[in-house]
Amino acid sequence: MDKIIVGLKRVVDYNVRVQVKSDGSGVETDGVKMSINPFDEIALEEALRIKERGEATEVIAVSIGTTEAQQQLRTGLAMGADRAILVRVDGNIDSLSLARVFKKLADQENAELVLLGKQAIDGDNSQVAQMLSAIWGRPQATFASGIEIDGDKARVVREVDAGLETIEIDLPAVISVDLRLNEARYVKLPDIMKAKKKPLDEVALADLGIEAGPPIKELSYAPPEDRQRGIMVEDVAGLVAALKDKGLV
Amino acid sequence: MAKVLIVAEHDGSALNSSTAKCVSCAAAIEGAEIDVVVLAASAGDLAAEAAEIAGVSRVITIERPENEHALAALLAPQVAAVASDYTHVFGPSTTFGKDLMPHVAALLGVNQVSDIMSVEGSHTYKRPVYAGNAIVTVEAPAGSTVVATARVASWQSAAGGNSAAIEAGDASIEIPSHTRYVGLESAASDRPDLQTAARVVAGGRAFGSEEKFDLLYKLADALGAGVGASRAAVDAGFCANDMQVGQTGKIIAPDLYIAIGISGAIQHVTGIKDAGTIVAINKDEESPIFEIADIGLVADLFDVLPELTTALS
Repeated sequence: MDKIIVGLKRVVDYNVRVQVKSDGSGVETDGVKMSINPFDEIALEEALRIKERGEATEVIAVSIGTTEAQQQLRTGLAMGADRAILVRVDGNIDSLSLARVFKKLADQENAELVLLGKQAIDGDNSQVAQMLSAIWGRPQATFASGIEIDGDKARVVREVDAGLETIEIDLPAVISVDLRLNEARYVKLPDIMKAKKKPLDEVALADLGIEAGPPIKELSYAPPEDRQRGIMVEDVAGLVAALKDKGLV
Repeated sequence: MAKVLIVAEHDGSALNSSTAKCVSCAAAIEGAEIDVVVLAASAGDLAAEAAEIAGVSRVITIERPENEHALAALLAPQVAAVASDYTHVFGPSTTFGKDLMPHVAALLGVNQVSDIMSVEGSHTYKRPVYAGNAIVTVEAPAGSTVVATARVASWQSAAGGNSAAIEAGDASIEIPSHTRYVGLESAASDRPDLQTAARVVAGGRAFGSEEKFDLLYKLADALGAGVGASRAAVDAGFCANDMQVGQTGKIIAPDLYIAIGISGAIQHVTGIKDAGTIVAINKDEESPIFEIADIGLVADLFDVLPELTTALS
């Protein structure tokens, strides 16, 4: 296999407890720690392992976002990506446009595989890989927890509600990865230094000939309805009594 | 007027309850006319089942051998071909619907609304983001087809007793051959399905081993409950992947949820927020799970589980 494209989204860090802004316009991101979407990190790790097994020649990290996403691409380069592309957009962009960007880049780079996270932990949409499959006319394997490359085919184990499903797909293809595919490597300091010398190209969305939208419009944000803290019981007898009281047992 | 097409989910022999939940979501759109499409190798019994769901006007069957297994890239063009007659196309937010519906949306050239938890208008919906830490009201563009998934934990199954018309749809749409089904490895269990069980017991890292998870299965059997787990327990190898409850696992809404040895990370809590009653057993009284539990018990699970199982048997 020749090239693998990996998508890296800049998102609010996994450990941050996000707060809805008081005016309902979104969530607070000022001064909040930002990171690579954890699923995307797993996608990159898998791409690197495929390359290390000699089954791919180049790993290209792609982010679509503001200039700040350079940070996440630099981290991706430090992990081991060969080069990076930032597709610059201001603010949010809809999933279908994201899929069009990946299609464009997959064509330009002649990529054999596009690896994406199964969802971003901010929007929780889980859409881009499936949309890319549709507009690219190539196979999709979503929620992957195992990937074996075999020449011009891949065998993918998928985490589905009923268990673990295995499918075989022809390459090129897009795969979205799930949590248990691998554990991403830690970045070491010398790698960060080396990453500074790796190429990071920037291109504007319009330069790819892609016009965003029409998006699903976000009207307002609100905090979720909180569940209230209930009662504490002392022992099993108290618990059983409380359950009986509610008619649950 | 809204005309909604619902893509039925099934395993080849029976409908998944997510289908009747999607019907409820669609019925929340005022004046909606609701049809169900069943894509299967053999659709007869499945269509008959779908025709019984209250609120359904018509069931369309698309029967062909390639539809034996739900492969999104094969099903999507067939759904998209039927979709032209509809203002809305809905599927469930299960792995079946998550895999399929965005592909359908892109074939139709539109974006998708994921995880509808409430319907505010024909094109306006509420959905959770940031692991349920925020709820956003969204509006799909007027004038193009709305493709969406219904967050199954937010909707009750529509009632039965209906007898909608059944008709055969076009089974000659061209579909790709680049994707092939190989097999399914399912942890066979006689216990109720996690996503539809009225009672669920779930275990966390505190169990310490796969063997100790037996204590949880015993409690489940005493209660007739489904079994879930935290991500930590799944990652540690105590149980199968498909038991994970939370942001990246299953989102469930049982009447009773008993979390044992689960600390209650926000990513887990988002998967159980719609449960009727949440019970938490944890030896750390500071565990965040107690902040959302209706009934809490601070105790070592190994001390209390056998006693609880006996008491509920």
